[in-house]
Amino acid sequence: MIELSNFLVLGALLFCLGVAGIFINRKNVILLLMCIELILLAVNINFIGFSAYLDDIAGQIFVFFILTVAAAEVAIGLAIVVVLFRSRGDINVAALDTMRG
Amino acid sequence: MEQVIFYLFAGVLLFAATMVISVRNPVYAALFLVLAFFNAAVLWVLVGAEFLGLALIVVYVGAVMVLFLFVLMMLDVNTAAMREGFTRYLPVGVVVAGLMLLQLIVVILSEQVDLIGGLIPEPSAEVDNVHAIGQVLYTAYVYPFEIAAVILLLAIVAAISLTMRRQRPNTQRQDVPKQLSVTKEQRLRLVQIDKKNRRHTSDT
Repeated sequence: MIELSNFLVLGALLFCLGVAGIFINRKNVILLLMCIELILLAVNINFIGFSAYLDDIAGQIFVFFILTVAAAEVAIGLAIVVVLFRSRGDINVAALDTMRG
Repeated sequence: MEQVIFYLFAGVLLFAATMVISVRNPVYAALFLVLAFFNAAVLWVLVGAEFLGLALIVVYVGAVMVLFLFVLMMLDVNTAAMREGFTRYLPVGVVVAGLMLLQLIVVILSEQVDLIGGLIPEPSAEVDNVHAIGQVLYTAYVYPFEIAAVILLLAIVAAISLTMRRQRPNTQRQDVPKQLSVTKEQRLRLVQIDKKNRRHTSDT
């Protein structure tokens, strides 16, 4: 028998690792996408934990849709990265200052 | 026993996640992310979410991470330049992540939330997880399901329209109607070989 709090702490740790990864790898777009995947995985772990704890299947359905949207997001994100590389020859985020943001 | 399995796989999961954000080579980061997904899938199966555990392996390890590796290997990225500022941003990242972790853990383990000691029940043997999901996915959640299908279609169209190359003037490309519409006169030239000095002269 696993405690629910174990699951939630694991999700929190994974979430914070993803956030730290976004901070320290802020130049590489592909690594940023991977860190977003880690964060989504942490969210999904929380959903699964609560779904099993409350014996409610709705949490798992939600994870199913999160997986769908995450897959679509990765496909479009990587397509943007490929277009970016083709037009600039580099995927450094720091060099993306055309819009002066 | 379940506790041992949980701590083992959670430990490997956290190790893999740490390596994803800290390893030097992005290809290794992608492979460690695969390891992380595998361990998360095992944890999900452990609490009875078999369908999603398998879907995670099939969709993420089989499709998404292959896409990541494909793009990583296709693009010739200067990884040394990407590592610039790693040590400069490391303290900020650690401080922000540590603060968030502290807050989350305070909330999770607080008395008011009352989750301490809440045990996840054993997955029941009678109710099949795949059955249970299938029974609600096509009835109560049929409209979200169809919207998810449209989102995936949108992703296909968006990815293809973003990356498809416009036709450039100097590239060589096969044009089937043009190939089929040629006539013999456009391609064939008859020449006559002069036997004495073995040089060919044009027939006409």
